[in-house]
Amino acid sequence: MFRDKAIETLSSEGLQKLQIERLQQTLKRAQSVPFYRERCKEIGIAPHDIQTYDDVRKLPFTTKKDLQEGYPFGFLAVPMSEVVRIHTTSGTTGKPTVVAYTAEDLESWSELIARNLTMAGMTSDDIFQNMVNYGMFTGGLGFHYGSEKIGAVTIPSATGNTHRQIEMLSDFGVTAIHCTPSYAMRIVEVVEEMGMSLPKLKYGLFGAEPWSEAVRAELEKRLGVEAFDSYGMSELFGPGVAFECPEHDGLHIWHDAYYVEIIDPKTGENLPPGVRGELVVTPLLKYAMPLLRYRTGDITMLMPEPCPCGRGMRIARLTGRTDDMLIIRGINVFPSQIEHIVMQIPGVGDQFMVTIERVNHLDEMSISVEITDDVFNGELDQLTKLQSRLVDELKERLELRTTIRLVERGSLPRFEGKAKRVIDLREGM
Amino acid sequence: MKNNAYLIKQISIFSENKPGKLAHVAKVFQDANVNMMSFSIAEAEGFGVIRALVDKPEMAFSSLSKKGIHVAYTDVIAVRMKNQPGGLYEVAAALAEAAVNIEYSYAFAGCHQATLILRVDDIDAAIDIIQKSGAYVLKPEELLCPCE
Repeated sequence: MFRDKAIETLSSEGLQKLQIERLQQTLKRAQSVPFYRERCKEIGIAPHDIQTYDDVRKLPFTTKKDLQEGYPFGFLAVPMSEVVRIHTTSGTTGKPTVVAYTAEDLESWSELIARNLTMAGMTSDDIFQNMVNYGMFTGGLGFHYGSEKIGAVTIPSATGNTHRQIEMLSDFGVTAIHCTPSYAMRIVEVVEEMGMSLPKLKYGLFGAEPWSEAVRAELEKRLGVEAFDSYGMSELFGPGVAFECPEHDGLHIWHDAYYVEIIDPKTGENLPPGVRGELVVTPLLKYAMPLLRYRTGDITMLMPEPCPCGRGMRIARLTGRTDDMLIIRGINVFPSQIEHIVMQIPGVGDQFMVTIERVNHLDEMSISVEITDDVFNGELDQLTKLQSRLVDELKERLELRTTIRLVERGSLPRFEGKAKRVIDLREGM
Repeated sequence: MKNNAYLIKQISIFSENKPGKLAHVAKVFQDANVNMMSFSIAEAEGFGVIRALVDKPEMAFSSLSKKGIHVAYTDVIAVRMKNQPGGLYEVAAALAEAAVNIEYSYAFAGCHQATLILRVDDIDAAIDIIQKSGAYVLKPEELLCPCE
């Protein structure tokens, strides 16, 4: 379903005209921020110099570090009287970054979320439980306003008290949920322990951390939902920046609100569709805090083929961030790759945990994996086979030797928000 | 399986190889008032299986499951041996002759008797062979020493 078919399917000349126009306006608004005014002056670029997509490459990048140095209000482009809300980033990396919104910003943001929910198939008939943090984290209020916008019943359950969450899911006949994929796995586990089922549940919207196709298959099977991947970050409003359509093959990144580039994180050079690199976004509709070429740190690629659904630009599902990429013995590994390999092997339970240490100057990765009840038949044999299968698969796919520790179900930590599945004990890391 | 009456339910418990794991299992048994007659631990890389013979297998199984511990039943047989040199030889030789493989085994001795616990690949054949060899195969209810 479309919320705004004309905009969602806009292409070629119409799209270029709209994007260039909005890029110029953004550059104009950015002139109120000293950081951008100085940079643009150095380069000698003015809003009317942006006439083609190639011209965008002349603009300066903005990094998270730049935003942190502007703490708290250095990047505001409007007087404080026009700001109606402030959030801070979740602080996954370093100290928090302040993001501010005007009334127009909040309107654009909730409209994007409403578009995503409609694209997934949700309507005013749905009952939506929003199981993410409602505080400074943008995931709570962002989805909340979008869901109210489409007229769905919106339950601001936030996080915590898993039994109570499940009671509401069941008693209120909830049809759609939003949470981190790790918390969804926890919900599944407790629902099964309680011997319950949630037959009304139809849509599972999962985001805020990378998750694998193996986890999608588990969640769809055990929760009975159609699972949708959601992407966003506070600097770009919050969640809702990009979202899966029912094709589940990449996420549509809304071309009327974001201008997207993929760059080589080392050289800053633009990369063509189909090649993975760092996602760089210039928001087109931000008033309180316009950004130019924001380096998200997220790794993805532009999908080269058009989507059968008719909507515009798609990015591939996120595999990780430039800053959560692990370098083990010189090999680049994302935690999501490990998840993908480990979780699809029968006998592996819902949780795993990666530990990296330096032993005798060499990086050693060990992975603790919970086993399922049915894989243990009382003999060592089946477990040692599982252990060597894990070692072999990881060796083959990552070219890394790992130590696998099989652990009891329920013995690894559970997460309500973003999962922290990697413990890096190497010095100076 | 015709020799059902002789099957003994061993409790097999998955355990990570780290301090406190055996104590944890033992505490569950204590709280459930389950008595262990014998046990052994088989170890692999980083984990092991605790094999226990207990007086109340069902109680042991459900108490461990409730604590989230991975547990399974394994069928074994128990053979009474003379607690003297050559006692084990008779039983092991008879099984070897019939090509029944012993996967693992452990033993416990009490009073004047010794009991050998066997996990074999062909449990039905093993019972017949051992009985024919003249050794005594115990039923579950005979596991406890009469003097206790």
